[in-house]
Amino acid sequence: MKKQRQSRIIAALATLLVLSGCSSINIEPWVKPYERDRLADPIMFLDMDPVSSAYIYHVYEAREGARGGEGTAGGGCGCN
Amino acid sequence: MKHMVRIVSFALAALLTGQSAFSSVLPEDRADFLYHRYEGGGVTIDGPSILVRKSVGKSLSLSGNYYVDMVSSASIDVITTASPYTEERTQYSVGADYLRGNTTLSASFTNSEESDFDASTYRLSVSQDMFGSLSTLTMSYSFGDDTVRRTDDPTFFRDNIRQHYGIGLTQIISRNMIAALNVEVITDEGFLNNPYRSIRFLDLSRTVGYSFEPELYPRSRTTNAVGIKTKYYLPYRAAIEAQYRYFVDTWNIESHTGSLSYIHPWRDFTFTGKFRYHDQTGAHFFRDLFSRSEATNFRGRDKELSPLRSKSLKFSAAYEFISNGTGFLDKGSVTLSLDHLIVDYKEFRDISTGAPVGTEPFYHLDANVYQIFFSFWY
Repeated sequence: MKKQRQSRIIAALATLLVLSGCSSINIEPWVKPYERDRLADPIMFLDMDPVSSAYIYHVYEAREGARGGEGTAGGGCGCN
Repeated sequence: MKHMVRIVSFALAALLTGQSAFSSVLPEDRADFLYHRYEGGGVTIDGPSILVRKSVGKSLSLSGNYYVDMVSSASIDVITTASPYTEERTQYSVGADYLRGNTTLSASFTNSEESDFDASTYRLSVSQDMFGSLSTLTMSYSFGDDTVRRTDDPTFFRDNIRQHYGIGLTQIISRNMIAALNVEVITDEGFLNNPYRSIRFLDLSRTVGYSFEPELYPRSRTTNAVGIKTKYYLPYRAAIEAQYRYFVDTWNIESHTGSLSYIHPWRDFTFTGKFRYHDQTGAHFFRDLFSRSEATNFRGRDKELSPLRSKSLKFSAAYEFISNGTGFLDKGSVTLSLDHLIVDYKEFRDISTGAPVGTEPFYHLDANVYQIFFSFWY
């Protein structure tokens, strides 16, 4: 029981450390905004046509036993 | 059909919460008018899907979707255990995305109704742009509440609760490459089988050698999926996309899914070709033929729960008929798309052939999925 509590505290501290690290770490972008012209091309969008991809994933999932994990996480380019 | 409703509710909820390809900006103002048609295995499903998205000021984007499935079914399940039927399902969704700094907060609501099934889905997500927009982390949660009924029994009334947890990371790898990782956990609790579908069991007292009884599924299911997708820009302005997903659930279904796409623009056209492959094991309670009535605690004969292998080939062509803006429109395009789907079931047998019980050939499905849609950016 004591070990379990210690593990939880360590996990919580580690999470806090990671989260606080994210806000303070200043990683220099290795792909500068002005170098993202190719990523800004619509052919590079991870979801080029959301209305169509949502429909076709729905068809796949209705015909198979698996679901999830094929969508797009969102964001990522910062090309604006 | 009920399974499809659950899936499309989640898919459209995700669609409406603005998963933009660009971080720290709101999704594009865009309207899509889609006609979809699925034909295969004696089933035809068609209808429209209209998705409209519009920004209000610089921080808020609103969206709405209207989706209809008109179903005409004489599938292998239906012709062997019931009568062909037609039905219609209508679904409405609304969503909002609020952008503040590098954070996007999204919420959506979806409602689906048909004669014997209602589904409501509420979804929240938050996306955080990090490291100079190289990385975007998205976390999402959905809650779904379904009601299952039977058209032939007004007293039949069952509930389902669905919860969906997702986390995704989109990462710029280089100036030519982007990748996304998605982890999704979905839990269902309640009445999960189709109220009409039956299993078959060996019954030598009958001429055909078998009889039917209702399915009985476990009352809970948890599914886990991890997917990775990457896209690479080729030197001559074309793109190649690779995707892989690993899936495992508490019903013992395990699957591997992979796909490869090639996108090639030419003048005002954009052509896309895609090959997708999926292989899965079956649910632990799936049998094509049970040894006797009530042979196991849980019993299912849904062909999608059988071990199976599916392959699909897609071809689409988009034509941009407005490129430089006209009136209030910035851009307009029309897209034609065809997916050909082949599914080989490894344990589900085609009992419509009338072969001796247990020796029927395994079922095979060929289906075509047609889409035509007009898209406008403004």
